[in-house]
Amino acid sequence: MGALIKSSILRKVVMALSGLFLVLFLALHVTINFTSVFSPDLFNELSHFMGYNPVVQFLMQPILILGVILHFVLGIVLEIQNSRARSVNYAQFKGGANASWVSRNMIISGLVVLAFLGLHFYDFWIHEITFKYVESNPEDPTRYYEETVQKFIPMWRTVIYVIAFFLLGMHLWHGFSSSLQSMGWNNKYTVSIKAFTKLYALIVPAGFIIIALYHHFNHLSQ
Amino acid sequence: MNLVLKIWRQENAEAKGKMVEYPMSNVEGDMSFLEMLDVLNEDLINKGEEPVAFDHDCREGICGTCSLMINGEPHGPDRLITTCQLHMRKFSDGDTIVIEPFRATAFPIIKDLVVDRNALERIQQAGGFISVNTSGNTVDANAIPIAKDKADEAMDAATCIGCGACVAACKNASAMLFTSAKVSQFALLPQGRVEATDRVMNMVRQMDLEGFGNCTNTGACEVECPKGISLENIARMNREYMSAIVKG
Amino acid sequence: MGSLESKIPSGPLAEKWTKHKNDIDLVNPANKRNIDVIVVGTGLAGGAAAATLAELGYNVKTFCYQDSPRRAHSIAAQGGINASKNYQGDGDSDYRLFYDTVKGGDYRSREANVYRLAEVSGNIIDQCVAQGVPFAREYGGLLDNRSFGGVLVSRTFYAKGQTGQQLLLGAYSAMNRQINRGKIKSYTRHEMLDLVLIDGKARGIIARDLVTGEIERHSGHAVVLATGGYGNVFFLSTNAMGSNVTAAWRAHRRGAYFANPCYTQIHPTCIPVSGDHQSKLTLMSESLRNDGRIWVPKRLEDAQAIREGKLKPTELTEDERDYYLERRYPAFGNLVPRDVASRAAKERCDAGFGVNKTGEAVYLDFAAAIQRYGKEKALTSGIKDPDKGTLTQLGEEVIEAKYGNLFQMYEKIVDENPYKTPMMIYPAVHYTMGGLWVDYNLQTTIKGCYCAGEANFSDHGANRLGASALMQGLADGYFVLPYTIGDYLSDDIRTGPISTDSPEFEATEKEVLERINKLMNTNGTHSVDYYHKKLGKIMWNKCGMSRNAEDLKSAIDEIAELRKDFWENVKIPGEEGQFNQELEKAGRVADFLELGELFAKDALQRNESCGGHFREEYQTPEGEALRDDENFKYAAAWEFKGAPSEAVMHKEELVFENIELKTRSYK
Repeated sequence: MGALIKSSILRKVVMALSGLFLVLFLALHVTINFTSVFSPDLFNELSHFMGYNPVVQFLMQPILILGVILHFVLGIVLEIQNSRARSVNYAQFKGGANASWVSRNMIISGLVVLAFLGLHFYDFWIHEITFKYVESNPEDPTRYYEETVQKFIPMWRTVIYVIAFFLLGMHLWHGFSSSLQSMGWNNKYTVSIKAFTKLYALIVPAGFIIIALYHHFNHLSQ
Repeated sequence: MNLVLKIWRQENAEAKGKMVEYPMSNVEGDMSFLEMLDVLNEDLINKGEEPVAFDHDCREGICGTCSLMINGEPHGPDRLITTCQLHMRKFSDGDTIVIEPFRATAFPIIKDLVVDRNALERIQQAGGFISVNTSGNTVDANAIPIAKDKADEAMDAATCIGCGACVAACKNASAMLFTSAKVSQFALLPQGRVEATDRVMNMVRQMDLEGFGNCTNTGACEVECPKGISLENIARMNREYMSAIVKG
Repeated sequence: MGSLESKIPSGPLAEKWTKHKNDIDLVNPANKRNIDVIVVGTGLAGGAAAATLAELGYNVKTFCYQDSPRRAHSIAAQGGINASKNYQGDGDSDYRLFYDTVKGGDYRSREANVYRLAEVSGNIIDQCVAQGVPFAREYGGLLDNRSFGGVLVSRTFYAKGQTGQQLLLGAYSAMNRQINRGKIKSYTRHEMLDLVLIDGKARGIIARDLVTGEIERHSGHAVVLATGGYGNVFFLSTNAMGSNVTAAWRAHRRGAYFANPCYTQIHPTCIPVSGDHQSKLTLMSESLRNDGRIWVPKRLEDAQAIREGKLKPTELTEDERDYYLERRYPAFGNLVPRDVASRAAKERCDAGFGVNKTGEAVYLDFAAAIQRYGKEKALTSGIKDPDKGTLTQLGEEVIEAKYGNLFQMYEKIVDENPYKTPMMIYPAVHYTMGGLWVDYNLQTTIKGCYCAGEANFSDHGANRLGASALMQGLADGYFVLPYTIGDYLSDDIRTGPISTDSPEFEATEKEVLERINKLMNTNGTHSVDYYHKKLGKIMWNKCGMSRNAEDLKSAIDEIAELRKDFWENVKIPGEEGQFNQELEKAGRVADFLELGELFAKDALQRNESCGGHFREEYQTPEGEALRDDENFKYAAAWEFKGAPSEAVMHKEELVFENIELKTRSYK
């Protein structure tokens, strides 16, 4: 940990690795969620597996939570260090001339996503934990679809979700390819790999947005 | 053309600085940016005021002495040139030009627009060399063939002029592009591979000690670098660093 | 004080250096730790010398006015570095490099020094490659060479158009290694303002910390000056803005003879002056003359129409152009040596054929080369019957690959597309062959004061060949000076540390302070640049590319007058105890104002034309330089006697035992 605090490159690498891990997780998450659009049964089945499989619950879940915390804490530490590296600011700084807005404002998109995660944890994770471990309810492999749909009934929540996913997309737009650069993967394939990461940054958040909107409007039309 | 210059004036390292406005008239397009400042200074001296201090030397874009943040960009709005190669024809009549020093905590201001870039020196001193004696009693220059593409890549990295524009452009004031250029040059050559592990560890350690920020891969450095040093060098340094850590 | 004993070792030319190295005294490693050496200037010569001296075990202190050794003006050299490696198998040898250099220098250099230079040249390349200098390579992985003006073999090693940069960074990295080990203490933003002599020996310097303005004393057992040339005496030159003669001149005032100050190289391919605001001139690599054809209009009225903007150069037919170099020198054409090409351009412009607003520019035209390369490219790419547009495009691609960065640089400065309209070029001051007189050991006439690189006078005679400056700087620094200095320092192993509290340090510091006080308290009316520009005009008009006795005499008077005015009327804002760039410049210009006069005086005594020194009175009927070997086969070493006008000349007769003196002909 000492080395991590001292070495800028190690900090980058940890940021990149935790980020890449979260990118992977998002792919899994959006895939499972998307089944709710066309098959409530499949969605229930997959959700139940994720909710009760001991490997997922007691190995993957803690790693994920640690990854999230590490990524956020380190992100904030980096931001503080970076602002200290320029103690007097420019009167005029044309950051847009040489770098994209998203790449310069990862802290903004990151903090929005962090705030969103609070709501998201409150909505689903706290609920799950309470359901399973506090109230010790019996297993019910069919409850997930209905619970999910219920969440998207209020307009405000749907709007918040959509906005958060939009910022997640922005975060990924820079973050995904940036983590590869941090890991030292920059070579003749970079152009195509970068294109893939951008595509990913579009598709995954779009998937989440579609799911949220689908359930919101699907409910209204019923 | 007529211009308004807003220039950062600061008496010395401890003094508090401020932006001061100077109207300029009869600026010619053929003047270089620094020649325009020469004219301003000549005026100031004749008026009994102190001229604006700024760093410059070769005035042909290779020594890396000149700096200046011009309208929010290091070395001004043009690409792949240094401030001394910027010409006034890039500006229009009536423009206001904001001129500031390169800012970073690791680059303390000496006076006005002059900053102390010794932090970059110390990074080089920590490991930016190949440990061979200069006796000349080494192997023949052609004893170790080097593939042309590797030699060319090493040359591209070696063209860094150490001006610090990468640090100035980076929103984090990171010196990764500068450091990685030297690490890369030597890592690409068989002569430099021998001590590649120690070199990257020592140079990165010194870079961190100097108080530069962390690289967040915005790519601003690559765009503003007057010599077009590529981000690939940073990726290579990251690889070198990780493999050095693994090797211990 | 001092004598002109060149200390050339006896024996056959090719064995002198080896024999000398075997004969000189050495200092044992333990004793080296007790010896301090001061190196002023950290370009190729100073940086290399500092690195090697530190490596040998001496304690080295380096001084440079720049904020880093890496910024020394050696960095701006573009073309390459010569070495007699004979990798191309075209018959190169140490002797041939030696011969070319002596001939190129118009037989005004010292044979033994030049041969030594050729002898160690190959080692430089080995050394630089080991240091990680990324020289250009061929596809087979071996080093590539190019050819340069005035020679018949391909011996120039290069790193794109930035050879000087790469070599300097090599020396800088060698220095950094020693700084890291604590063997070199590097003082940046420090300027040497005087040399301290104790019992006739150089024992230290007085330096000013340019950031704080503090005056400091530094002692050493020997002082090495590697402070570059004095081209900025012309104000406009291709030198860096800060390049100056102060260190060398201060040493000269303390007893070091100054040799051949009038030998100045004017480089033919520079970007012309655009206006009064001009602060410096930019060089375009000599390599452009491989493909560019130099011309002016044949008719005066066409030249005038071009100057007035009524006519474009591309509108003139071949018949209406005067390719004057090809006309005058059919054998070498556009590739005649620098001095010859420069004078020819001046001759045409003086005759009224100049092509820019000021009438001081000639064309360097790539149209023919573009067509020629276009045809070649079309053939090799299998394009049949290409039209003119295709040919031009293909040709431009080839030219871009060869000279792209230079063309881009030109376009940035002049704002004209050199692919479409010919470049305008004019000669500019570039290098000074003269400098402090040194013996074979590179010691000046002051004991313990050594001089290396462009700052000394030793190797290039009256004209330097392309790609030889880098060679000399590194040879002096890496391979010559660190050994020859040991011979002197071997007497100093019992001296112990030199105190800076001695009366000599006291007195010298006092003089420095008085001079600064005088400058600061003049409270005059004109800026330093005002005087520098005036001096430059006198130098360029009367001591420039061609000189005559009458002009030189008036230059001497005008410079003396200007110097007097300077000391009475210069205006320096700010204070001495702070970062003060005007004060820095003032000290340098004050010294240029003395050197300028000696320069003219030297040019006046040399009643012959040789290399970069062209006296109008001494030319052949065709306008070529007329050398006088009978009377002027010597190096003129000037001793300071209180003022430049009082300087006394000492002659070092040049002895040519291995080369027959001939008239240089490029016809």
